[in-house]
Amino acid sequence: MNKKLLLSRGAKPLVFVACLLPFAWLMYGAIANQLGANPAEALIRSMGDWTLRFLCIVLAVTPLRVLTKTPQLARFRRMLGLFMYFYAVCHLLSYSWFDMGFDVPDIAKDIAKRPFILVGFSAIVLLTPLALTSFNRAIKFIGAKRWQTLHKLIYAIACLGILHFFWMRAGKNNFAEVFVYAGILALLLGWRVMHAWQQKRMQAPAAWPPMAGVNAAGGRRSARQGQ
Amino acid sequence: MIIKTNSDGFIHPGSSEVTPLRVYQRRRDLIRQLAGGAAGVAIGSWAGNNAFAQQTHPGKLAPLPSAKSAVAGAATMEKATDYKDATTYNNYYEFGTDKADPAKNAHTLKTSPWVVEVEGMVKKPAKYSLEDLLKLSAQEERIYRMRCVEGWSMVIPWVGYSLSKLIEKVEPLGSAKYVEFITLADPKTMPFVGSRVLDWPYAEGLRMDEAMNPLALLSFGMYGEVLPNQNGAPVRMVLPWKYGFKSAKSLVKIRFTDKQPGTAWNKAAANEYGFFSNVNPDVDHPRWSQATERRIGEDGLFAKKRKTLLFNGYEPQVGQLYAGMDLKKLF
Repeated sequence: MNKKLLLSRGAKPLVFVACLLPFAWLMYGAIANQLGANPAEALIRSMGDWTLRFLCIVLAVTPLRVLTKTPQLARFRRMLGLFMYFYAVCHLLSYSWFDMGFDVPDIAKDIAKRPFILVGFSAIVLLTPLALTSFNRAIKFIGAKRWQTLHKLIYAIACLGILHFFWMRAGKNNFAEVFVYAGILALLLGWRVMHAWQQKRMQAPAAWPPMAGVNAAGGRRSARQGQ
Repeated sequence: MIIKTNSDGFIHPGSSEVTPLRVYQRRRDLIRQLAGGAAGVAIGSWAGNNAFAQQTHPGKLAPLPSAKSAVAGAATMEKATDYKDATTYNNYYEFGTDKADPAKNAHTLKTSPWVVEVEGMVKKPAKYSLEDLLKLSAQEERIYRMRCVEGWSMVIPWVGYSLSKLIEKVEPLGSAKYVEFITLADPKTMPFVGSRVLDWPYAEGLRMDEAMNPLALLSFGMYGEVLPNQNGAPVRMVLPWKYGFKSAKSLVKIRFTDKQPGTAWNKAAANEYGFFSNVNPDVDHPRWSQATERRIGEDGLFAKKRKTLLFNGYEPQVGQLYAGMDLKKLF
């Protein structure tokens, strides 16, 4: 991998546009009537799928950064995290709009009644403070350490997201895709536990250069670096 | 002559050039009928706003002629769903769990020769070839609403006859209380048979009085043609007052029993799918509401979903079957 390319000025806009492609493709599909017989269902589900995919992508940044010794990757993490939030909000909005016709009392009843909706909704609620504290001034304002603790919520959110997907598929007994996402997330979270444990045992500075800025998803090791 | 000016930014068409909305919206029907060569007849009925399902054969498969049905409730006047939607968006788990899968994968299904075995508590058990079954009673067109348990619906013109015609032929014993439908489970031609999603073969069941209701249709075709593979060829059940999954596809066995048969989805998730599975807006699925539905191809992205009716609107025809039953418990 060309690490200089990752630091180039065009890299971030390029990633930004790439992250918008699924959204643009879905919008095009909706307008051009290319989403099949049930466009509402296709939109709601696709937005949910992309939320899960961005969750996996953003959680892969730190392991990839460490394993491939590519600290440059870290500069994309905030954007990827915010895109996950973007798709999550689109998922919630398309459910509220296409499924519930923006009938707020109906939506509230639905959330209270169905554990599967409640879990998904909670995940988005928990994700909101993370999105709101993603800019530099917010990090400074609440302090890096507390910011990192707050952003560890992403691990709980990941579990809620998978549970939401699992329950959604439970009635059809169709877990193949759920297991793929759960497997990827388990790998990414498992790596963090293992990495933190190794770091603790070694009690020595790492071979790679310290990261600039803060790093919530990086686990213990980067938490110390953030000080 | 119309003098067109550009004075206010764009050229206006003359009012005589604007297609009336009603005509614009029906242009496809008109084109279809013109293309069908039945223009003279078609325009008459088109103007009369008739249900047009009978005149619009998609021209994909062998035609299956039928007469209008005299059974009460057999022909809804609602607009039939597009053939394309009805044949590319449906559940048939033997060919995949995605609703686009059956249309992609079901070409492997071999529907000839085909035998349906009628067995169990009957005086005249028999093996019917498809040809014999087709001739057993006159083919009728039944335009039924179809409500999927997932919250969407269609209107489909089926071709077939009441299951009761077959039941009368085989003469069930007095002890027979239920009818069990067993469908084909051939791992060679059905890629998802053997997956752990469901217990194979896919089986369904009805109480005898339900099976004898004239709306219970043994179907061989749709849209005036034989059934496409993905929709359950060559012979299937259609039970318009129940959620779609109760209507078993590609039948190979019809068995009469005295015990309530185990049914595929009930075995997979008893708390979500009951034996009866009658369409009921007041009994929610544990994970979603059943109060409303989206009519495929009609209720646009931004339209509010339509209200689901008890027994899918067939209460006058089937309501008496469930008199006195607690539908919340026996869902």
